Amino acid sequence: MRATNFLVIIAVLFSFTVMADAGTLEDVKARGKLNCIVSSGLAGFASPDGKGGWQGFDVDFCRAVAAAVLGSGDKVNFVPSTNRTRFAQLNAGEGDILFRNTTETLSRDADLKLTFLPINYYDGQGFLIRRSLGVTSATQLAGASVCVQVGTTTELNLADYFRFNKMKYEHLNTGTNAESIIMYESRRCDVYTTDASALASTRAALKNPSEHMILPEIISKEPLGGAVRHGDDRWADIGKWVVNALIIAEEMGITQKNVKELAKKPGNNPGMNRFLGTEGSMGEMLGLDKKWAVNAISAVGNYGEIFERHLGPKTPLALERGLNASWKAGGLLYAAPIR
Amino acid sequence: MDPRASLSRLWRDEHSRSVIIQILAVVLIFGLFAYLVRNAVVNLEAIGKGFSFGYLQEPASYDINQHLIEYSSRSTHFRAMLVGILNTLLVAVSGIVLATVLGFSLGVLRLSKNLLASKLAHIYIDYVRNVPVLLHILLVYGIIVNTLPVPREAQSLGDIAFLTNRGFFLPKPIFEPLFLVILGLFAAGIVFTIWFRRYAADIQRKTGEHYPVFWISLGAVLGIPLISYFLIGGPITFEIPALTGFNFSGGMVVRPEFTALWIALSLYTAAFIAEIVRAGIISVNYGQTEASLALGINHGRTLNLVVIPQALRVIVPPLTSQYLNLAKNSSLAIAIGYMDIVATIGGITLNQTGREIECMIIVLLLYLSLSLLISFAMNIYNKRIRLVER
Repeated sequence: MRATNFLVIIAVLFSFTVMADAGTLEDVKARGKLNCIVSSGLAGFASPDGKGGWQGFDVDFCRAVAAAVLGSGDKVNFVPSTNRTRFAQLNAGEGDILFRNTTETLSRDADLKLTFLPINYYDGQGFLIRRSLGVTSATQLAGASVCVQVGTTTELNLADYFRFNKMKYEHLNTGTNAESIIMYESRRCDVYTTDASALASTRAALKNPSEHMILPEIISKEPLGGAVRHGDDRWADIGKWVVNALIIAEEMGITQKNVKELAKKPGNNPGMNRFLGTEGSMGEMLGLDKKWAVNAISAVGNYGEIFERHLGPKTPLALERGLNASWKAGGLLYAAPIR
Repeated sequence: MDPRASLSRLWRDEHSRSVIIQILAVVLIFGLFAYLVRNAVVNLEAIGKGFSFGYLQEPASYDINQHLIEYSSRSTHFRAMLVGILNTLLVAVSGIVLATVLGFSLGVLRLSKNLLASKLAHIYIDYVRNVPVLLHILLVYGIIVNTLPVPREAQSLGDIAFLTNRGFFLPKPIFEPLFLVILGLFAAGIVFTIWFRRYAADIQRKTGEHYPVFWISLGAVLGIPLISYFLIGGPITFEIPALTGFNFSGGMVVRPEFTALWIALSLYTAAFIAEIVRAGIISVNYGQTEASLALGINHGRTLNLVVIPQALRVIVPPLTSQYLNLAKNSSLAIAIGYMDIVATIGGITLNQTGREIECMIIVLLLYLSLSLLISFAMNIYNKRIRLVER
């Protein structure tokens, strides 16, 4: 880990010139590949699939951006990162964009010099615990040993929560989600805390998921979203509107299956025509092809399809849409219009 | 005269050529360094990240499980750094002590005439030296965490200490005011010993008579304080740890992260020290021992006065570099979540504030100072044991 930090510094020292002058869009087009920073392994969000490829919710957002910019969802280099290194990697230019179950906060936006894309997952911090311990609420956790990943907003929330509730606890740092699982399974810690979505992913991967439960308290807001470096507005716009397009496609009923068919000729819905590039010049305004949104949807489907594929009830994570349903279905997903 | 000819003559001359090459090398190195620094500064400015250490005064907002000084999540990043420094020092110093004791014993065992002892030591040393230290750390940690019971099923040692996979819970001594008397006696014992050793050496030089210095010193430093401790009725009470809810509370805890790091670093470094000690002892010609015995000096004093002083001259310089290695290897703490310098200021603080360059500069300087400090102390010691020519 220490070595990683030094490598990052060296990378920072060498690579700033590269990123400071050229536009990211031109770089990506010239390279023919999108470098996308993802988690080094979090089932459902980003994990290697054993066939040399990557799978997951975040991975599909990378593919959508690659498809919108380069025409194919396969033109992506996935750059795995830990919580510690992710922002340094982005700022050092190792990746063009980051989709890594990352919480948007003021200090990250302003002080770490990131520009956040629209929120693509509304999450909150929860606690995973063994049923056999007989705990039913987070307020009964006084004295517990708690595992938490370093370099996250969760470790700060954890300190605040226990301080505010005047409970003592033992704080244990782990480097990755995988390390946390090992510590939790060996019972070095009683509780593992992170975003509830990641807890669902972790619980599903344990030997006997039914022996473990997620406590009802959600102690923080964790709006997860992609991010790019400060200072390249055009590139940030592209990331922003690809995410919006995936959300809007679900609202309009455009799916991976029917998108090609719909895009053949203009229909009688002007909004949909603008989306599909059969009317207006939305793609050109972004510096992309007319068919940018069509390409993104053909590569990965709309937001709902991505969710169902990696996180939904039919997956081991078995997450409900909850807050992540479209605003039309009582959720919080509400994208600005393509107009 | 043709300037080209004079240049080539300058190049052909061995002395001036070496000067030219050295100047070029210095210019190149400084040039590269300046380029890197300028590059970083200019580009950090470009994305609006200035260079500043102001963040050290802001609240750290994270918790640290092992803190030797008062610390909470409201303390500053600077204080978190101090906690990290103390944790690094704790493991480095205890590691150096244990590694030295183990290393010297193993080195002597390796030279033992007892075949079993020497072979066992040989196998141990070869195994440990040839496996990376990180694996040792993970192995020891894995053993502690996976084989020891959870607190609710803790292994009790006489109901005052408990072994668990969350650490070793020990009674915590609470010192009463009278304990100061014992401390005073202990200090007096040390002062007396220093004086007595000089006095005894003096007497020996003049008369040839020698006192049992070791036993008298032991009595002064440990014996008298110990006896008076029981005479005043034991002015220390103990707080016994007790199981409350998830964990033990009260008492002291030695966490598995510390234990694993300490044991693994000590075992690893001890194997190297053993080889250094062996080399040192072998380097003293056996003829010296024979000569000393022929003069009627007994075995113990031969070892103390003839063999060890000469062996030390060979042992100490490489020993210093082993101490340095141990101190630096302690940064592998991060692999098991021990909160040392790298994990606090170079880890969480770096990550939460995004001040990579500032934090890494601090971490580098801290390790540099620690290493220089160890070297400095060992150099003083080395000067004292150097062969004094008369």
